[in-house]
Amino acid sequence: MKLYCLSGHPTLPCNVLKFKSTTIMLDCGLDMTSTLNFLPLPLVQSPRLSNLPGWSLKDGNAFLDKELKECSGHVFVDSVPEFCLPETELIDLSTVDVILISNYHCMMALPYITEHTGFTGTVYATEPTVQIGRLLMEELVNFIERVPKAQSASLWKNKDIQRLLPSPLKDAVEVSTWRRCYTMQEVNSALSKIQLVGYSQKIELFGAVQVTPLSSGYALGSSNWIIQSHYEKVSYVSGSSLLTTHPQPMDQASLKNSDVLVLTGLTQIPTANPDGMVGEFCSNLALTVRNGGNVLVPCYPSGVIYDLLECLYQYIDSAGLSSVPLYFISPVANSSLEFSQIFAEWLCHNKQSKVYLPEPPFPHAELIQTNKLKHYPSIHGDFSNDFRQPCVVFTGHPSLRFGDVVHFMELWGKSSLNTVIFTEPDFSYLEALAPYQPLAMKCIYCPIDTRLNFIQVSKLLKEVQPLHVVCPEQYTQPPPAQSHRMDLMIDCQPPAMSYRRAEVLALPFKRRYEKIEIMPEPPPRPAQPTSGKKRKRVSDDVPDCKVLKPLLSGSIPVEQFVQTLEKHGFSDIKVEDTAKGHIVLLQEAETLIQIEEDSTHIICDNDEMLRVRLRDLVLKFLQKF
Amino acid sequence: MPEIRVTPLGAGQDVGRSCILVSIAGKNVMLDCGMHMGFNDDRRFPDFSYITQNGRLTDFLDCVIISHFHLDHCGALPYFSEMVGYDGPIYMTHPTQAICPILLEDYRKIAVDKKGEANFFTSQMIKDCMKKVVAVHLHQTVQVDDELEIKAYYAGHVLGAAMFQIKVGSESVVYTGDYNMTPDRHLGAAWIDKCRPNLLITESTYATTIRDSKRCRERDFLKKVHETVERGGKVLIPVFALGRAQELCILLETFWERMNLKVPIYFSTGLTEKANHYYKLFIPWTNQKIRKTFVQRNMFEFKHIKAFDRAFADNPGPMVVFATPGMLHAGQSLQIFRKWAGNEKNMVIMPGYCVQGTVGHKILSGQRKLEMEGRQLEVKMQVEYMSFSAHADAKGIMQLVGQAEPESVLLVHGEAKKMEFLKQKIEQELRVNCYMPANGETVTLPTSPSIPVGISLGLLKREMAQGLLPEAKKPRLLHGTLIMKDSNFRLVSSEQALKELGLAEHQLRFTCRVHLHDTRKEQETALRVYSHLKSVLKDHCVQHLPDGSVTVESVLLQAAAPSEDPGTKVLLVSWTYQDEELGSFLTSLLKKGLPQAPS
Repeated sequence: MKLYCLSGHPTLPCNVLKFKSTTIMLDCGLDMTSTLNFLPLPLVQSPRLSNLPGWSLKDGNAFLDKELKECSGHVFVDSVPEFCLPETELIDLSTVDVILISNYHCMMALPYITEHTGFTGTVYATEPTVQIGRLLMEELVNFIERVPKAQSASLWKNKDIQRLLPSPLKDAVEVSTWRRCYTMQEVNSALSKIQLVGYSQKIELFGAVQVTPLSSGYALGSSNWIIQSHYEKVSYVSGSSLLTTHPQPMDQASLKNSDVLVLTGLTQIPTANPDGMVGEFCSNLALTVRNGGNVLVPCYPSGVIYDLLECLYQYIDSAGLSSVPLYFISPVANSSLEFSQIFAEWLCHNKQSKVYLPEPPFPHAELIQTNKLKHYPSIHGDFSNDFRQPCVVFTGHPSLRFGDVVHFMELWGKSSLNTVIFTEPDFSYLEALAPYQPLAMKCIYCPIDTRLNFIQVSKLLKEVQPLHVVCPEQYTQPPPAQSHRMDLMIDCQPPAMSYRRAEVLALPFKRRYEKIEIMPEPPPRPAQPTSGKKRKRVSDDVPDCKVLKPLLSGSIPVEQFVQTLEKHGFSDIKVEDTAKGHIVLLQEAETLIQIEEDSTHIICDNDEMLRVRLRDLVLKFLQKF
Repeated sequence: MPEIRVTPLGAGQDVGRSCILVSIAGKNVMLDCGMHMGFNDDRRFPDFSYITQNGRLTDFLDCVIISHFHLDHCGALPYFSEMVGYDGPIYMTHPTQAICPILLEDYRKIAVDKKGEANFFTSQMIKDCMKKVVAVHLHQTVQVDDELEIKAYYAGHVLGAAMFQIKVGSESVVYTGDYNMTPDRHLGAAWIDKCRPNLLITESTYATTIRDSKRCRERDFLKKVHETVERGGKVLIPVFALGRAQELCILLETFWERMNLKVPIYFSTGLTEKANHYYKLFIPWTNQKIRKTFVQRNMFEFKHIKAFDRAFADNPGPMVVFATPGMLHAGQSLQIFRKWAGNEKNMVIMPGYCVQGTVGHKILSGQRKLEMEGRQLEVKMQVEYMSFSAHADAKGIMQLVGQAEPESVLLVHGEAKKMEFLKQKIEQELRVNCYMPANGETVTLPTSPSIPVGISLGLLKREMAQGLLPEAKKPRLLHGTLIMKDSNFRLVSSEQALKELGLAEHQLRFTCRVHLHDTRKEQETALRVYSHLKSVLKDHCVQHLPDGSVTVESVLLQAAAPSEDPGTKVLLVSWTYQDEELGSFLTSLLKKGLPQAPS
């Protein structure tokens, strides 16, 4: 059993598990932090961005000035943004039988895998995962295709040139594998390979392995997976949450008794408390709006935004902000809001009971109905007519490199009245802001990551007690910036096995049993050869040595044995003691029986009748196995 | 002999009051808990005293499963759980759990408030009953206990309707509830995988009909509605709030849009509006088309269909009104009917089955003079019947049996005569045993459950080493020791069993003296023995060792000359108990002497 680790990003994993002759890919996350090295794609021509100076080497050599631009001391690639794909060379991906998806954030690399590697298998995911995953992909493709960029820079990627670049470009990893975004056609084709599954559904793979998704509590339809045969069990934990937000609670009990537990997708902000962050979010928002400023919330079109809207629903009236418009701008804003209302079965109990009334589970339905929340596909069109300030805008992309958010950064960045509030934890906010510097706008960092923190993990591991834990190497040491915080790492016994990108781990498995079925009927007499054994024999009498006789156990008490012999008509019996036991002599029959603690030896003439009689008497004292 | 037992308490050779008891591998499951529309006395509910006379139902039943929210499948549930007394789990899908209590409350109101029945279940009982419900997802494997598991499949029919697989070890039963095999305007078609149950219990409402295409019936329906409103008439469509009502609304809505009609369509308020809301929130349970387009246009948000006010009934001019209840036995539909019945321009369309005794049943059987509250009512309006109920027809039932591949089929929820026909068809065409028990009659099916056992890898590898690869589905003989511990079965090699039990092996060895007449030297005798055995035992490993002894597998043969007679050699043949067959064969072979040497 082996684990091939194709991604180095702990929250955007991509691993391949070889288990009992099946090849199973666990998630295919797409590392989008690579886009932070690129210049933003402005929706509206931006003189500032297009006039940035080209970058030149210290010696004044400016051959890269078309590809690289400088902004406030940082260097950016002026090109179509590119993403860091999972490793495609470590294992032949056309041999992957199935892909298991745990949540919609962890499937963004799917089109690269299913469309370009010869993959012919099936992808399994829950319905909300697929629907919302589709929305995320659609938005991404839309953001990138909406701003066609002629230039695709590649010169800087040359190893010899990259060495000469300033950080962070110099340290960017695997740049040769970076790829442009896929197309909608590839997305559709990839999604058509998905088979929908429900929580606790048992899916048989080739009769060898059974896989089961379990609720992980992190997002709508998010799952952990159990991969098991009859005697081995691997749990794959990815993006789980124990907080009560909108999704169904995490199923922990089913993770018990695992031989191996693969642990990925822990919180990226282990020191922040999501509840506190939400409070800060609200108060900063209120403060800005009261002062006449606008609030920009860079976000994904699904997930935490539902919770934020729910908080605002309760908060704005009490804060006296009910007249401040909330705008949600995304090509999939409408779909996301609609979809959130139809997945009753995947929601927490409270929201489920609302559907039973029947009422929409999320209060954003009411915000929309009362015109407090408005959604638009983009800043173009209706939005420009309706737009009122001060306001709150939710829009993507959280990397600040593409999407409508770029426009608002350019528009509002110059005024200190405005505030941008970062809630998504996937991108470093300082890096995200770099190409917008210098910036007058206030920046508030309230990352909301509801995934497990290290305290919750150690409690979980104590609870479910896996024999072995496997996790990304980042989790086995404290974060680099807080190297003294020994509590910010996984603590378990035996110590977790760690992996890094492009590594292959042999999982510590001891297979001992395999399942068979036995028939309730007694077997046919061994003397009659069973069908299917066609053998040509010189003599049909030659016994089949493949018919096994049982092993014997026990010992023979000499006195009782002699009595039994006498009872069966043997006379003239003599018993001699030896060092290890006894010898029973049947003088008349010229037969000698050596009896020791663990052995009996019958030595006689070639008299089959006699031998069989003696054998049966000996067997009476022994147990058969 | 293990067996599966099935006893219908209702729906045995009958439609209504579905309630079927299944015993499988020691587990007892009750499928559905319905009421009968045709009765107002004790026969209304299943006879639960059949299950147990004096014990608690909870002790006897492992679980109850409800297939969908129609009252003939869940109407007796509060009576069963709160008045007779059952505290175990009740399984149903989420939409069923949401809608079921509303219909039960509605039913209770009609029975108690309108008909004044006493000793009926109360609103509180409905609430308490629903607390015992556990909602299931489609395809989720629900572990009722360590052995019993159930799994729901999509059934179409109505929102949230499901078929259920009940499984214990390798034995299983599938219960279809009501289902349809063709997608309609709002729901998809039933689907099940090739799960090969021991028994498939299927409804058989339309056992003898192969229905004409749905399109034709829809066109017919639209034509009639259209013609009536064109000539200025009013159309009354009595419906039940959930199910067909939504399908017909979608049908009329799209037709109105296409034809750009302006005639008003009304839906009687209250429950029905609420009902549409359930459909909006449970979109994943509807058909593919609605699911795909719901973001752009939620099919259950009707533009042309407006809420009805009782004053509208007297408005002049044409209109279409959907009103509850569906059988014209009470309420708004009956009120409107009385107002409109006298005008021959108007039309009433009955889209479903009507129980005897209702006004719906009377007018459908041709009666045109009705007595109502002491007054004569002459029905001049046109009366039409349109079957829109979503049950599988004979073809659909055969199709489902083909999908699931059961060993046997059992028919419920249908009329005896029709069942007889379908039973023959299934037995002849699919070569599957088919049963159709009456209520209270038990069908017993013997089963041969498999016994799963963990085999140690060592033992398995030893078997493989013998060159015999396991063949799928073919039994084979294997020697090992079965260890049973904590209801866990393991098959291990005898050596491992001895080791695990801390026992030592006792070796039993035999040595026989075989006398041969041979004057040659011992070495040569041994050589002759060797070549003789080698020629006879072609499949065995026969070896001549340097010390002059011969081995056949692990049987050892040594030649020695007894001092007194040089013409005789004694051959000592020695083997263990485990090689007994071979040892015994060799001694008897050698007893016959050696073949004459060629020289």
